[in-house]
Amino acid sequence: MTGLRVEAAGGSVLVQDLGRPGLAHLGVSASGALDRGAMALANRLVGNPDHAAGLEVVLGGFRAVADADVWIAVAGAWGPVRVAGRDAWPYRAHRVPAGASLELGTAVRGLRYALAVRGGVDEPPVLGSRSRDTLAGLGPEPVRAGRVLRVGAEPAASVPLLDEDAAWPPPTGPVTLSLLPGPRADWVTDAALRALYESPWRLSASADRVGARLDGPALGRRISVELPSEPTVVGGIQVTGAGVPTVLLADRPVTGGYPVVAIVEPASLDVLAQVRPGQGIRFRHGR
Amino acid sequence: MSRPVRLLPSGPAALLVEVDGLGDVIALHDALAADAPTGLVELVPAARTLLVAVDPAVLPLETAAGWVRRVASEPVARSSGSADGRTPAPREVLVEVDYRGDDLADTADVLGVSPEHLVARHADAAWRVAFIGFAPGFAYLVADDWPFDVPRLDVARTRVPRGAIGLAAGFSGAYPRESPGGWRLVGRTGAALWDPDADPPALLAPGRTVRFRAVTP
Repeated sequence: MTGLRVEAAGGSVLVQDLGRPGLAHLGVSASGALDRGAMALANRLVGNPDHAAGLEVVLGGFRAVADADVWIAVAGAWGPVRVAGRDAWPYRAHRVPAGASLELGTAVRGLRYALAVRGGVDEPPVLGSRSRDTLAGLGPEPVRAGRVLRVGAEPAASVPLLDEDAAWPPPTGPVTLSLLPGPRADWVTDAALRALYESPWRLSASADRVGARLDGPALGRRISVELPSEPTVVGGIQVTGAGVPTVLLADRPVTGGYPVVAIVEPASLDVLAQVRPGQGIRFRHGR
Repeated sequence: MSRPVRLLPSGPAALLVEVDGLGDVIALHDALAADAPTGLVELVPAARTLLVAVDPAVLPLETAAGWVRRVASEPVARSSGSADGRTPAPREVLVEVDYRGDDLADTADVLGVSPEHLVARHADAAWRVAFIGFAPGFAYLVADDWPFDVPRLDVARTRVPRGAIGLAAGFSGAYPRESPGGWRLVGRTGAALWDPDADPPALLAPGRTVRFRAVTP
């Protein structure tokens, strides 16, 4: 059994796959990689199925050594990737020889690296998924230096040959996210709803896998009574009594008592996953 | 159930259905669960709303909306549970409780009854899991024959032990694991409320009926 020994974790390093959907009625949110497209892409680059578990590495500072040759690929955030001390392209598959190091330096663009290992990270699944749910405390423990992660058996599919970059690195400037109508759009004023679409926003420093708070104008509430808790969906933008919007993300609580006025489209959630605190965000109407 | 429902948009793969109150949520949940079409991912009940989550490639939102409206307009005829085995009939769960909770005496005092009376009413009531919230497996239980409206603690505890049985508003609940909490604790159970290897992992899953039985350890 191949093992990947983590020698430095840097910031947050979590095992993530595409999550455990369909369990909200039992109080469990889907969790899973925040940048789902990146995790699926990294998996495809090494011949894994999309839902294989990889590592979600925030910002970098990560170093690991395998005890046997392994294929890896890095997608999502764009930054220095080094294999055995040599620079290696992101968004490409690389063979890491046994005993050689794999390093992810500080990301230059984007925030979350998706690191796939051919065979997948084989930590014990919980409720059908190897994703770490940071709010509920389900799934593999956060990865720290010294941890040895098991790598699963190689899949049948071979490592695909690519001679072009498979994707584009995340933007460093403002991003535009698409919104769908939310169930409680009428709980804020018309002016607030306009401000949501017309104002420039910034990702607050209070952003994690549970939710991403946005800095910008206060969104005035038209209805200020308490809303009985109702089921949430990923991407829902809830507005607090003080008018602060927060985008609910993969590890969100499954019910919430703040009105949800709009919903970020799934493809835009991948973009949001790579936005850094302070980076600009604009919203437009989706489909 | 022949009651008005409001369908609210909730993204590309879900509808939020709003009804008049918890009783209607429960009735609609059971009626929908008994008639689940292919492509339904899950039904998530809450206090006054119910989320219908679908795989839109199999069950488009428009089709799901039509299904919800049709089921809601039908009279309450069938009982919950279905013959095709898709939806297990609700089964009664028996939960043994050591009624020596830290807040039992105070809570009885607040409600103007004796602790013995409060315990007897709790153990006699026919509870049902209305919905789950707050944490994995944390069930909100309601009962038609439970008369009390219990105020939450003024200051929530930072640590409530696993298995604690609590009261808040018209609900009873059980803490599946140690967590903070503001419910008034009347007892504790050793039942496995949350087991990731069980199916379903929550002992008190929505739709199930629950009886508490007093035990003396």
